[in-house]
Amino acid sequence: MRKPLTLRILSALDTKSWLALGVFLALALLVVPVLHLNFPEDSAFHVSTYAITLIGKIMCYALVAVAMDLIWGYGGILSLGHGLFFALGGYAFGMYLMRQIGRDGSYGADLPDFMVFLDWKELPWFWLGSDSFGWASFLVLAVPAVVAFVFGYFAFRSRIKGVYFSIITQALTYAAMLLFFRNETGFGGNNGFTDFKRVLGYSITSPETRLVLFGLTAVMLAATLVFAAWLVKSKFGRVLTAIRDAESRVMFIGYNPLWYKLTIWVISAVLCGIAGALYVPQVGIINPSEMSPGNSIEIAIWVAVGGRGTLIGPIIGAFVVNLAKSWFTVSFPEYWLFFLGLLFIVVTLMLPQGLVGLWKKLMAKKEGAAA
Amino acid sequence: MKKTLIALLLCAATLPAQAALDPAPVRQLAAEDSSAKVAAIRQLTQTADPDAVRVLKAMAEDSLFLAGDKVVIIDGEQAFDATSGEAIKMPANPESPTVNNRIRGELASALAALKLFDADVGVRLASAQKLQSQVTPEMAPLLARALEKESDAQIKALLTLAHAQANLANTDPAARLEAVKALAETSSPTIKSVLLPLTEKAGEPDDKVRYEAIAAVKAIDSRLAIAENVGRAFSGLSLGSILLLGALGLAITYGVMGIINMAHGELLMVGAYATYGMQSLFRAFAPDYIDWYLPAAIPVAFFAAALVGVVMERTVIRWLYGRTLETLLATWGLSLVLIQSARVLFGAQNVEVSNPSWMSGGIEVMPNLILPWNRIIIVGFAMFVLFLVWVLMNKTRLGMFVRAVTQNRAMAGCVGVPTARIDTMAFALGAGIAGLGGVALSQISNVGPDMGQGYIVDSFMVVVVGGVGQLAGAVWAALGLGIFSKLLEGWAGAVIAKISILVCIIIFIQKRPQGIFALKGRFVE
Repeated sequence: MRKPLTLRILSALDTKSWLALGVFLALALLVVPVLHLNFPEDSAFHVSTYAITLIGKIMCYALVAVAMDLIWGYGGILSLGHGLFFALGGYAFGMYLMRQIGRDGSYGADLPDFMVFLDWKELPWFWLGSDSFGWASFLVLAVPAVVAFVFGYFAFRSRIKGVYFSIITQALTYAAMLLFFRNETGFGGNNGFTDFKRVLGYSITSPETRLVLFGLTAVMLAATLVFAAWLVKSKFGRVLTAIRDAESRVMFIGYNPLWYKLTIWVISAVLCGIAGALYVPQVGIINPSEMSPGNSIEIAIWVAVGGRGTLIGPIIGAFVVNLAKSWFTVSFPEYWLFFLGLLFIVVTLMLPQGLVGLWKKLMAKKEGAAA
Repeated sequence: MKKTLIALLLCAATLPAQAALDPAPVRQLAAEDSSAKVAAIRQLTQTADPDAVRVLKAMAEDSLFLAGDKVVIIDGEQAFDATSGEAIKMPANPESPTVNNRIRGELASALAALKLFDADVGVRLASAQKLQSQVTPEMAPLLARALEKESDAQIKALLTLAHAQANLANTDPAARLEAVKALAETSSPTIKSVLLPLTEKAGEPDDKVRYEAIAAVKAIDSRLAIAENVGRAFSGLSLGSILLLGALGLAITYGVMGIINMAHGELLMVGAYATYGMQSLFRAFAPDYIDWYLPAAIPVAFFAAALVGVVMERTVIRWLYGRTLETLLATWGLSLVLIQSARVLFGAQNVEVSNPSWMSGGIEVMPNLILPWNRIIIVGFAMFVLFLVWVLMNKTRLGMFVRAVTQNRAMAGCVGVPTARIDTMAFALGAGIAGLGGVALSQISNVGPDMGQGYIVDSFMVVVVGGVGQLAGAVWAALGLGIFSKLLEGWAGAVIAKISILVCIIIFIQKRPQGIFALKGRFVE
């Protein structure tokens, strides 16, 4: 007999992990807001706006990293184009944020500033309904899903895999970046969307809105983690892992890998879209450079640093790499690329299982020594 | 007394034996009014007289003076009468007429037009070519006269065109019709713009001429379109050649080792910077032989890039054997390190690499189609490199080993092929070819730390379309993609062209997942 849903969800993580998750959510939803709002800025306990924005941003990245891990770590498919789905989600929600500016733009017009600049008189058709929060949220999910489905269907159907698939995804995001760079495409060209004022009528820069977005991101990350843990333990997840390890054998047994791959591919893309939608209001800008091939490859390195095929690994990786990035770009901007480049090389050469793998190895050694 | 003298002079002037000029316009050259001067210059030009050339030249050189009522030319200590050319006594206080910019321009074109009557064929030809862009209606009679005298066929053709252009403003519709008909044979955008006003009722009252003009513009347009497309196809060919140089190395390493080297674009960059280095060396130590820096850069770039390739292979790629996806990431890391190294060593700005003098200019095929030498040489160079690689792969022992490892690594190892060494050699070869690509690229685009990034996606597309480890596939795919994308760019713009090519490739792979030229065999990975 099948266990009830709640039980199955509960059994996705062990007690220790549930506890850790609870602590994480308590920190994000209670401790950080209290520290941010109730302590003056010069207090040692004060959490600055900078820190909240940075951590909020990195949590979005962590969400992308988990999505990437589902497809790469469990599906064995390396996508070098996940930045595209992230950006699509961001743009979909950015359209709503642009409409929320209303007449407060620098031209005081009904249309977003960049359209006034292009001398457009009315909204293009794909902007229809973008002033509705519900429609924007739907687009955040639907646009990455549709793009991923169409692309994935054709790619997986003709059994493109390995480096071929990686290269084509890279070309895909590159082409999309070029498309979005054009002013005529209707998404603000080079500058993308920025200067947001409000979300759902609340000022986007007020501490309360920030904290709500921060908390939402934390909840979304936690929920994704639970969902992913449940997914990879389910029968679907096990078939997926089997496809990763020996696709031909899975086919010979009688499974069609196409639908398994396509499902995880679309799920991964949608998660990226959500991350993008949470990212844009917190960071305050979205532009085509988010789709640059370099950005997408960086996502892969977060996962690799943390450890692929584990769920906590990508989150650790996203935090480690991005904290290092914000430290480097402030202190030693010239050395950041050297560091990142060497990180790519060192991790692939020496740490194939990432930090989590290293930790496990050390633990095993310790136990071995104790025994 | 004076009057009789002038009358006498006038008589003398008209006498052909004296070959002197009409004094009235000569006098007018020194008039106060600019318009009068212009009129005089034009009138003198019409005579097509060598004496007129002498006078106008003097005026252009500021040696024409007005002494009392007489126009004189003063050359150093000597003075000449402008009309007759006879030496005269130095006048007391000669006055210089004002020669402003308008007059100077008029003088220049008048002198140019008069060169049509020069005894030297070369001078006449140069003058006729120069005239094409500055024909005015007033030149019609002059051109007609020049046309009559002309015997050289090439100059005659040019003059016919110029005459027709001048005649477009003729009051006689029949003359205009003739002119339009003559111009319809050309294929130059300037002539088209001259004809355009005649296609409208406001510009041409005569129906017959107007219809002829419309037809002529159409004919010119279609010829221009052909030239434009040929030009695009040619620049596609040169783009394809660069892609080929990038993709050849990629195809070899992918074929042999099954890995895609994301730092391949940076090997192009290494080659380009090596070219820059050679140029700097030549500038510093052998400025007289600066034109030779490019041939000297070819081996340097090859070995520099090959050396970087060997280091990459030995230190990183070798250890990732069989882990293709991780190799992708590691080589991406290498590319970041290389880009940043270039920034630190040479600065973040683009460096300047100039074409040697023998590469500048081009072959003019049609007025709006010039094939630049640098692109022609690049196409030739790519073909040369392709030939060398073909020889290497098919006629040498190393090539045989490389092909053996590509087809079946385990079996090749079993029969004694040193696969590890072949990996290094193949990687060095691929890197070296990329370095050669960098030399070519340095001649047509910017040399900077990021230059490799722009070509890497395209090079991969070539490999994907062409198929793995196949020279023929890489060649067809590179040239095809290059030409196709340039033609498409002309019609739809660069971005749309890129996107539609990507879509085409994805569709293409549906049909032929292994590329155009797949290795034949039965295997499941």
